[in-house]
Amino acid sequence: MSDVAEASSSAGATSQTGAASDQMWIVGIHMTKFGKRPDDDVVDLASEAALGALADAGMTVKDVGVLAAGNLMYAAHGVGQMLQKQIGQTGIPVYNVVNACATGATALRTAIMSVRSGEADVGLAVGVEKIAGAGLLSGGSRASDSPTWEASGRFGAVAPIDGRIGTEIMPGVFAQIGMEYGHRYGGADFELFARISEKNHGNSVLNPLAAYSKAMSLEQIMGDVMIAYPNTRPMCSANCDGAAAAVVVNGATLKKLTTEQQRRAVKISASVLTTDPWEEACQILPNVNTLTKNAAATAYEAAGVGPQDLDLVELHDCFATAELVHYDNLGLCSEGGAVDFFESGAPFRDGSMPVNVSGGLESKGHPIAATGIANIWEVATHMRGEAGDRQIEGAKVGLAHVIGLGSACGIHILERAA
Amino acid sequence: MGADIPLVDYLVLGDDPHLEANECVACGARFFDRRNACASCGAINSDGSGFKRVELPATGELTAFTIVSFAAPGIDVPFVAGVVDCGGTSVRANIVNVSPDPEHVATGMQVSFTTFGIGEDSEGTEAIGFGYEPVDEELRITEDATEKAEANS
Ligand SMILES: [Zn+2]
Repeated sequence: MSDVAEASSSAGATSQTGAASDQMWIVGIHMTKFGKRPDDDVVDLASEAALGALADAGMTVKDVGVLAAGNLMYAAHGVGQMLQKQIGQTGIPVYNVVNACATGATALRTAIMSVRSGEADVGLAVGVEKIAGAGLLSGGSRASDSPTWEASGRFGAVAPIDGRIGTEIMPGVFAQIGMEYGHRYGGADFELFARISEKNHGNSVLNPLAAYSKAMSLEQIMGDVMIAYPNTRPMCSANCDGAAAAVVVNGATLKKLTTEQQRRAVKISASVLTTDPWEEACQILPNVNTLTKNAAATAYEAAGVGPQDLDLVELHDCFATAELVHYDNLGLCSEGGAVDFFESGAPFRDGSMPVNVSGGLESKGHPIAATGIANIWEVATHMRGEAGDRQIEGAKVGLAHVIGLGSACGIHILERAA
Repeated sequence: MGADIPLVDYLVLGDDPHLEANECVACGARFFDRRNACASCGAINSDGSGFKRVELPATGELTAFTIVSFAAPGIDVPFVAGVVDCGGTSVRANIVNVSPDPEHVATGMQVSFTTFGIGEDSEGTEAIGFGYEPVDEELRITEDATEKAEANS
């Protein structure tokens, strides 16, 4: 009886990660410089990331058995095949994936699932975006522009509702998400959110690949242009260009690689994707909490670690207001304790649970589809002890989290090889 | 002059303007859009009998808000966007007739339903929008007060 129970519970765990025999590994990973890249198109950026990851893995495009390509803005164009036409048309299956801001994490997970299924021994995941200079991103509910009022869409709207019935602009949506947390638990005000942003901008100084590597004072942050209270401009993620890519292999393939490749391999202890389950209000204001809590619970169980085991966390601070709620959602603090957690100093780079030592999306930048692999790169680089000046000493376990509004949540837990 | 038309079909005009939600007959989940089925319990709405229209109360509590400084052409900024808990049903709306700054808007404040014209089309039909205004009269800016302030300035 107990054997049966054990078998069924381990089967549940393998559904998102894999048993020890088919443990998945990152053997190569690369992130481009984020920022304005006017001379590079989307394929240049994707190529730079893909070739960088392959070189890091000690492989070539001929070793790759499956390609997952994440991109939002050129989603209809098949960025995976556009990339192949530059770096190698080897005839392998390509999955072009789109999942809002979780696109990169979804591409990585697609490559992982493909390799785990036995479709290929080596998978390449790429996330790339070119959005430097893009304006505010919104949900874009629109009605017709007819000269007479004409009801259209699922709300029978006679005019655009964005701005007339609440807001769909992302800084405004996430502002409300932070304010709602403050309403529920107290202690969250404009200055607290600005201090979270101050922390991340401070961290970016040590990250040469960040779009903005400049510390900002609290006064600068609070005095900057207000976009959607309480989010001022530096409290919003920066639209920019960039790409990141990762090479994943199964355990059998890893064993065939050199000792050095094996030493630098990073274990993928959990790869989880969730969507938002229905709850009251979730179609009124997106609920980014429950799907993150669900993903975190699944990931911790699959990896056999808890939040207390994490040495660093890269979480989706698309806005300063979002970072606060994810302290709670990822279980980094007790329920309702995110403000106290921040006040304790824990999420600072010298604290007990460093969060967004890369500078986060507010300063590193947020090239949407690249983000979900770039945060994996950050954590993996610390696992390898190769993060230079911003290395978290002795880091063994790390977590990378993204949220795509709509919603999708991707969480990966990585561990040092030995 | 044409008749009035609601901005959205869940706004019911007439003598007593109010919002109506589509409530799932099977599980009670509420929605404002046209439904194919219920996202909560999966009940199918093929013949329209899976949902019933329910009227929402006219007052509620502001549970989240933001003050938006940038918006599409035609939308005056800054404006307050928020979520109002109307007796357990959350509503997305603008908070109107209030000074759009954090000194005058706070989560937890009581607000009440109101409607207003948002413009006429080429045939003179006026579209009517809705929002919520502070219950506390000290916080509420009436049109008269605005006009007086403008006349004095
Ligand atoms: Zn239902």
